[in-house]
Amino acid sequence: MRQSAKRASFLDDLIELLSSMRFAISLLTLLAIASIIGTVIEQNLPPNAYLNQFGQFWEQVFSRLSLYTVYNAGWFVAILAFLVLSTTLCVIRQFTPMLRDIRSFREQAREASLRGFSHRASLAPALPPEEQCAAASAYLKRAGFRFRVNEREGGTLIAAKQGGLGRVGYFLAHGAIVLICLGGLLDGNLPLSMQISLSGKKPVSGNMSIGDIPPSGRLAAGNWSFRGNIYIPEGQAANNAILNVDDGVLLQPLPFRVELKRFNIEYYETGMPKRYASDVVVTDNETGEAFERTLEVNKPFEHRGITLYQAGYDDGGSVLRFTAHGMTSAAHPPFPISGEVGAQIPLGKTGHSIEITGFRPFNVEDVSPPPGSGTNSQPETAMLGSGARAANGKNLRNLGPLYTYRLRDPAGQAREYNNYMQPVQISGHWYQISGVRSTPAGEISWLRIPLDEDNSVNTWFAIHQSFFDPARQAELVKRFTSSTADKDEKASLKTIADHLLGLFAQGGMAPINKFIETSVPKDKHEEAGEAFIQVLQRLIWDAWMMARESAGKAAMEPDETNAPFVRDAFFALTASQRYGAPLYLKLDSFEQRQATILQATRSPGKPLVYLGSLLLTLGVFAMLYIRERRLFVLLKQGEALVAMSSGRKSVGLEEIFARHREGLAAVLGAPHTT
Amino acid sequence: MEAATSSPPLPQPPAVHASRFRQIRATDWLFAIAVIAGAGFAWSRYGHSMDGYDIAIFLFHVPLLIALGWAWRPFRPFAAVVAALALAGFWLYQGDLTRADQVFFLKYLLSSQTAISWMSALFFTATGAYWLGFIARASFAERTGNAMTWCAAVMGTAGLFVRWYESYLVGPDIGHIPISNLYEVFVFFSLITALLYLFYERRYNTRKLGIFVMPVISAAVIFLLWYSFTRNAYQIQPLVPALQSYWMKIHVPANFIGYGGFSIAAMVGVAYLLVSRGILAARLPKAEVLEDVMYRAIAIGFAFFTIATILGALWAAEAWGSYWSWDPKETWALIVWINYAVWLHMRLTRNLRGNMLAWWAVVGLFVTTFAFVGVNMFLSGLHSYGSL
Repeated sequence: MRQSAKRASFLDDLIELLSSMRFAISLLTLLAIASIIGTVIEQNLPPNAYLNQFGQFWEQVFSRLSLYTVYNAGWFVAILAFLVLSTTLCVIRQFTPMLRDIRSFREQAREASLRGFSHRASLAPALPPEEQCAAASAYLKRAGFRFRVNEREGGTLIAAKQGGLGRVGYFLAHGAIVLICLGGLLDGNLPLSMQISLSGKKPVSGNMSIGDIPPSGRLAAGNWSFRGNIYIPEGQAANNAILNVDDGVLLQPLPFRVELKRFNIEYYETGMPKRYASDVVVTDNETGEAFERTLEVNKPFEHRGITLYQAGYDDGGSVLRFTAHGMTSAAHPPFPISGEVGAQIPLGKTGHSIEITGFRPFNVEDVSPPPGSGTNSQPETAMLGSGARAANGKNLRNLGPLYTYRLRDPAGQAREYNNYMQPVQISGHWYQISGVRSTPAGEISWLRIPLDEDNSVNTWFAIHQSFFDPARQAELVKRFTSSTADKDEKASLKTIADHLLGLFAQGGMAPINKFIETSVPKDKHEEAGEAFIQVLQRLIWDAWMMARESAGKAAMEPDETNAPFVRDAFFALTASQRYGAPLYLKLDSFEQRQATILQATRSPGKPLVYLGSLLLTLGVFAMLYIRERRLFVLLKQGEALVAMSSGRKSVGLEEIFARHREGLAAVLGAPHTT
Repeated sequence: MEAATSSPPLPQPPAVHASRFRQIRATDWLFAIAVIAGAGFAWSRYGHSMDGYDIAIFLFHVPLLIALGWAWRPFRPFAAVVAALALAGFWLYQGDLTRADQVFFLKYLLSSQTAISWMSALFFTATGAYWLGFIARASFAERTGNAMTWCAAVMGTAGLFVRWYESYLVGPDIGHIPISNLYEVFVFFSLITALLYLFYERRYNTRKLGIFVMPVISAAVIFLLWYSFTRNAYQIQPLVPALQSYWMKIHVPANFIGYGGFSIAAMVGVAYLLVSRGILAARLPKAEVLEDVMYRAIAIGFAFFTIATILGALWAAEAWGSYWSWDPKETWALIVWINYAVWLHMRLTRNLRGNMLAWWAVVGLFVTTFAFVGVNMFLSGLHSYGSL
């Protein structure tokens, strides 16, 4: 007996605690703090990113606490569960008393308690007693009160009230929170993790074609909650969505087939994207019915409870045709290569391979100097006039197609190359541009190959070959020394040229500078450096003339007009030492094929969440803006007692009471009270 | 007969309450007719190019404007002057953007950049006037502050309307409502906060709170100026596909009523903390009045912020395929919402009222500011429009 009483009281205490306002406040605060963590630590990154950011120890600790997937973490869901529990208990506990309160008019209120109200007044009605009740009732009705009349010993009490909906608002708002949380749970990660653990599904990782995915990697067709992506190249179709789970993927069969006719991107003049649209045909598996639709951002399409969204785009295997220019010391004439985006092309015996990773035909870039060099607007342009001025200091230009590829060396190390198909004009001269970086997030360093008078890179590559191919190098040095007839001078020039070219081939200017530092007296450093550069430029000039000769072009005189080419060729030769590739791929032509990325979603919780949202809005407004007020008029012999109570104390209440007091005084024929 | 009240006499606000619709005057009808006539004119000119959502939003605005004008009388001259200035601006342009630099009234008064510059200058002046009035105990200066704030709101609102028009002159495919990037929403934030403040100033019949609220608006304007000078942010930019949605027209304004309400509440919270420590207590409204202003500002902010967050979820469901994806901006909106939900609950809990509540509102401003600008500055995500 006592035991159970104790248990009952413990349970009561627990319920009391869980449904208390303080508990709710603590939970909400906790939820807010937990949410902050999830925004400070970027979520769902690959594990390596966290390792770099936090170091081994903390990476482990944070991983244990699921700080990389906070919003799916057990403890986070537990906070939400407690919130739902607390709110539910609170609503249940409040339900009966509030309902009673909403229904009740409190017409049994005693005179003594009315006289204790802080808003009360005693009127002396001139109206005959038998008309008083009707007059007061009529006033209350006009003023928007509902009321009940209680004839009692020694008088009549009219108990009136308004704003009872404020209480209903409480149930709406708090019930809505429960609905929204439950709906969110249905659309969250939980259904998927339950399927993985209960029906033994196993995400597959690595490269695998769709046909090879085992049944354990395929979710049921009737799966009622999922979110996956569909990748479809133009002219192809898909009937599966891919769900990314941990490091692998799961396949979600769809009850229809989506075929991509065409993917459209439109741009504004500034190069900003204006429209992404997929022209698709959705064919139902069962009925064979086909719908032709255009999916756009903000314009999804729903079929069989699955909603398709325009989520992204990619290259769908564009065919690119290149000319490869060799950049090694071994002479090699340019040769053609071609492949699709996504293809991997082995490079003969060298052990290198090329992976074509991307192609974008339209690239608007700001080609003005970087900020900080006078691009800030003049005060006047920022302060006066329309907001529609052309971008100040910005020089937007479409640089044309950009193609990217990775070059993997025999050791498996890859470098990424970003090349523009069309030449780019910089300070009046034309270049072919290629960027390289050795890590995906690293900074790109650019190789700017100067173009010759035919707008071709061939001249520079011929110079490049003369510099680094031993056979051509000998020829170059021979030409270099031909300027003098003196034998000794010839020999010393040859020594210098051979030495310099040797050093240059080891890594551009760096080895030359190092040589100067170690073998030239300190006060002669600058002088020697300039002399060496002059020799190098002379060598470039000779190499250029050799190239012209073999191309059947006339020789030129060194002068101002062709100095820039020599300078640019020199910079490009230096940069080519850091280029790290055995060849340069120049894009000659392409056939673009795009692919769309759609998102396919089935979210069973959505109706619940939307209903909850509607109720929440109604509830919040009702709670904040509908004030419950009770007005009591006790009609007695020679006196009318007016008293008012309100759910919450607020500043305007006194004024409202005064107005009703005056109103009642007027209809009852009582003298003005103030 | 004596009215037995124990509470001290409070500044009496003008009688605007439940019975308001029984006091409709001739001027009320006049205003309503003017709004309907304006709407009819707009419909006759542009009705053909509206789609279903545009029409719904358009129709919704007619009763909204009438209700605002009826509930808040100064709104009527405000609306009238803004309409006149904006229309004058449109007319002066005559469909040619270059006239912004040629026509005197466009260049120095009505083109959007100029109007917004006027707004900025007037907000600074108003802030100064309120402070001068407070320090010198000069009610004239306070009245000037009030007038300046109204003028600033007029110029800013007219400026945004003109900017809207200008965006269509840039290109019919570029035109859009000017609440699409950080620059535009900062103008909007200043306006909404000022208008909300002006409403409370009249409602509570006190001009003393200007010294607290106006500095927040001035800070927003300083940010605005810095942003337009250093980042050329004032340029009208076209909309990326995700933003091309009718949801933007209601999601963003609802959000900024929220932000505006929360900022006012925080600054009134500062006043409350001062008064409760006896500092300037004689010169400022009473603590319970301040508490009431704080409550009302948070109530309106919370109600609209709730709507804004829900609208955001509906929009996200359409644009990103999921009504909630724990994107940093979404998450911070939730944090702000929770913060004020806690505030409203604390208000009903004994021992947590008073100073604690005021502190919470003050801290709330930092939370709100982070959600507003901090997320764009420090965090990345789907919602990165107008990054810094």
